[in-house]
Amino acid sequence: MPYPTDRKYTKEHEWVQVNGPAATVGITDYAQNSLGDIVFVELPKVGAELTAGKTFGTVESVKAVSDLYSPASGTVTEINGDLATSPEKVNTDAHGSWMLKLTLKNAGELDGLLSAADYEKFVAEEAGK
Amino acid sequence: MRYLPKSPADREAMLKAIGLRSVDELFAPIPSEYRLARDLKIPRQMAESEIVDFFRQRSHENGEGYASFLGAGAYLHYRPVIIDSLISRGEFLTAYTPYQAEISQGTLQSIFEFQTMICELTGMEVANASMYDGSTAAAEAVMMAVRLTGRRSVIVARSLHPEYREVLATYATHQGMPVAIADFNDSGRLNLRDLEKSISAGTACVLIQSPNFFGTIEDVAAVAEIAHKNGALLVVSITEAVSLGIVEPPREADIIAMEAQSFGVPLGFGGPYCGVIATREKFVRQMPGRLVGQTTDKQGRRGFVLTLATREQHIRREKATSNICTNQALVALMVNIFMTVYGKVGLKELAKHNLAKAAYAANQLGKQGKILFNAAPRFNEFVLETTEDPRAINSRLLGHKIVGGLPLKKFYPELGNAALWCCTELTTRTAIDTAAGVVAESESSTQSSKEEVEEVAR
Amino acid sequence: MKPSIRKATPQVSQNEGLIFEKSSPGKTAWKLPPLDVPEVNTSKLLGSSERKDLGNMPEVSEIEIIRHFTRMSTWNYAIDLGMYPLGSCTMKYNPRVNEVVARVEGIANGHPYQPEKISQGALQILKALSEILIEITGMDAITLQPAAGAHGEMTGLLMVRAYHQSQGNARKKILIPDSAHGTNPATAAMVSYTVENLKSDSRGMVDIAALEAQMNEDVAALMLTNPNTLGVFEQNIHKIADILHAKGGLLYMDGANMNALVGKVRPGDFGVDVMHLNLHKTFSTPHGGGGPGSGPVAVKKILEPFLPAPVVITKADGTLGFNYDRPQTVGRVRAFYGNFGMFVRALAYIQANGPDGLRQTTEDAVLNANYIRHGLEGTYDLPYSTPTMHEVVFSDKLQAKKGVKTMDIAKRLIDYGFHPYTTAFPLIVPGALMIEPTESESIEEMDLFIDAMKSIAQEVEENPQTVLDAPHSTRVSRLDETAAARKPVLRWKPQS
Repeated sequence: MPYPTDRKYTKEHEWVQVNGPAATVGITDYAQNSLGDIVFVELPKVGAELTAGKTFGTVESVKAVSDLYSPASGTVTEINGDLATSPEKVNTDAHGSWMLKLTLKNAGELDGLLSAADYEKFVAEEAGK
Repeated sequence: MRYLPKSPADREAMLKAIGLRSVDELFAPIPSEYRLARDLKIPRQMAESEIVDFFRQRSHENGEGYASFLGAGAYLHYRPVIIDSLISRGEFLTAYTPYQAEISQGTLQSIFEFQTMICELTGMEVANASMYDGSTAAAEAVMMAVRLTGRRSVIVARSLHPEYREVLATYATHQGMPVAIADFNDSGRLNLRDLEKSISAGTACVLIQSPNFFGTIEDVAAVAEIAHKNGALLVVSITEAVSLGIVEPPREADIIAMEAQSFGVPLGFGGPYCGVIATREKFVRQMPGRLVGQTTDKQGRRGFVLTLATREQHIRREKATSNICTNQALVALMVNIFMTVYGKVGLKELAKHNLAKAAYAANQLGKQGKILFNAAPRFNEFVLETTEDPRAINSRLLGHKIVGGLPLKKFYPELGNAALWCCTELTTRTAIDTAAGVVAESESSTQSSKEEVEEVAR
Repeated sequence: MKPSIRKATPQVSQNEGLIFEKSSPGKTAWKLPPLDVPEVNTSKLLGSSERKDLGNMPEVSEIEIIRHFTRMSTWNYAIDLGMYPLGSCTMKYNPRVNEVVARVEGIANGHPYQPEKISQGALQILKALSEILIEITGMDAITLQPAAGAHGEMTGLLMVRAYHQSQGNARKKILIPDSAHGTNPATAAMVSYTVENLKSDSRGMVDIAALEAQMNEDVAALMLTNPNTLGVFEQNIHKIADILHAKGGLLYMDGANMNALVGKVRPGDFGVDVMHLNLHKTFSTPHGGGGPGSGPVAVKKILEPFLPAPVVITKADGTLGFNYDRPQTVGRVRAFYGNFGMFVRALAYIQANGPDGLRQTTEDAVLNANYIRHGLEGTYDLPYSTPTMHEVVFSDKLQAKKGVKTMDIAKRLIDYGFHPYTTAFPLIVPGALMIEPTESESIEEMDLFIDAMKSIAQEVEENPQTVLDAPHSTRVSRLDETAAARKPVLRWKPQS
């Protein structure tokens, strides 16, 4: 499936969309597909400090829990309250269901992330394994 | 061996099918230096009749036929006979944990009913499918409060069962959870001034027991107020489940950690018992232990499943809310049936009987000594202080095949010659009157010999 | 449109609602004898603590209760009905004499605080079981206090920590093989150790080179299951123990798989320092739908001072008693002495067997697992060819090509009259089928199982949808676990 080009991707299957000094984070369609039916999303509180590459929360399916890794460092400004009542939105529209917004500490961190095309290639390799 | 469904011919046939000559070949992976070349040094095989006889002998040596005034976290109540009739059914007794929901609906539905009734009795919104016992339930409830608040210190009432406090200390030590003890006052209740002084912005929870170890009912609302205004949670331990029939449950609590042994679980020399954690819905994801939830199958039929399993060890591993794997399903089923048998009206009447017996006993025994903590209401236990050492009294009582109240000196040295007495619906007036008479003997009896005292020392 | 069936019908389609749906005011199942002491004025005694309302607690009659639970019981699979091939669960026969002796009056009604003078029966039982389990494990001392296996693991690790502290360095890490049961890392975390994963080698055993590389003076212990969760005996157990001991570490053994060892080898003899047992696995105490269990912890002499208090001792006059004076104890892990009712059952089981019976039991357990391995090899993928002890692990690799996974095969097995094997564990085998028959299975039962599994494999080839939609024969099928987790309904509520 074509991944939106308006954002960057991580190898842990998160996406990050930059808007000036702020960024929005979610997980990819590939991620939601491997997880199966999502029953719960655990997100940090507003104001929390995130570090690139470190976990910021978890996403649960019935039988498994997966860590969510932050694509960038920064401070959380908003979390998507919708996901508390309707976690299934991540399954139906992973790219449209944002999880949190943050103010970026160092936009340069994003340079090392994958483009949509690179992510697509990465996912194809993963699926082939 | 009669539990093994194989004949020698069967074993031969199996070995042949696999292509082996002897079963020893299957144990070749064990390095020969370790393989046992001798029999285990354990008693010889016994016939069923010999096994039954062995335990009958042990039973004779274990206080058969004695009347008892012991409580202190383990209570002798009548067990309706249908409890054993039903739990002895192989489909309940020999069933596995209900991970495969389609063939475990019997277990799952009865746990769902158990969870419901515990909620009704405790006034909480959700209850789990049981913990090992009341003491570990209390420790786990405290750890749950720590996770929920993000704070680390704990204040514990000294009127909480002493062994429960020991268990909490064991759990807390390695979790970096400082535990402060708040003392009790003259009424036997938690000293609220002590609590106010101890509590801080670092307190995760206050843990009390009600009715407490002395049988006294705490002023739960007052404790809750202090806890909540300081941002701490209130955890209440309940060791005598029968009290819930007539005593208001601690509705102000955030978490209740119960021992349900009184509801149809045999005293059994201390276990297995039935702990339960009940709490508010908003805390459910931090609750340890199994949970059963209602759902539908692909045809829309109602069914039950283990749910919110992602809290548990088999998925979260080191990030689990607890390491607990087993619950106490069979004893929880006993509790379930007991609650169903007595029900809405019976549980109240049962509790009233307990209250009446204890009130009468306190009255009679109080004439031979002093009942402590009279200023606050209590349920079916009370503390009697005598001039004579209670261990000497108990020694005399044993001669009448009566087990007297639990001497408290080892747990509360400042209470001197005090003992904790418990009456249930099974305690007879005769036993109470006899006991009162024996306690009275202290005025006229000669000094008890030191040996007698030590013999029954605990 | 079929009429809704309100009368109870046989077995599979029993319609039995919740007990609350049968409740109505005035029905009773209880009767108390007349009070032989004066009535009390509850309001006067309790004041504002008096409870007025017991809410929606049910009111039903005795026969309704009997039918309710009897009907529900028919929805359960049980050992009494047939084999549970569940790996590492050791679902063996639960002998009925165990149930009888547990109910003898003096034992069933013994209060834990009754004077020692009239507790000699219980104390004798504690002593006898302790001595036997020490002999079986080859260890030096034991505590019976932990309520279950996981609880035992915690107790064992607390003693490990106490030992290292007494040596001047509590240490920080526990090594755990990636094949381990989830309770192992969960327990290590509860005792504030960090968990370090230890890889398995190509034969499914502990990678010795990895262990050597990861072992240092920061590692308190290795938590090992032996035979491991693949049913394979760690042939390098000697090397493993040596590597640990050389750097002052301890070897903890998870005794879940003792059914492969009893009477044939003793963990204490091959270097284990501390281990727990599962009485509800190896020693036949009933699972009862999920518990109670019992998890005694046996230790070598060096750990004896740290045992939970009290310990059973023989006094000068020859009688037994409890000793609470244990200055180095790790403390209590629960109130009272342990799941005593399970001790009675385990002791009765051991008495019924004797040394020959126990050894024969172990041999049959291992023979049975190998028989099943032999029967299913070729039909299902066997990821590790290492010799099997009491349990064998296959994978769904061959069937996955048709889109059928281990869970689907397990559900279809239900239609053939069996409880599923353990699915998706151990984690090192993707799509695992973990099978442990135990010694309690006859050739007939095992042949039926093998035939069922072969038949399912054929269905996967010819008509996979049958397997994917299974089970077809149960009262409910493929319950919606997602909905149960998203919007949990954890109690019944009256219709508003």
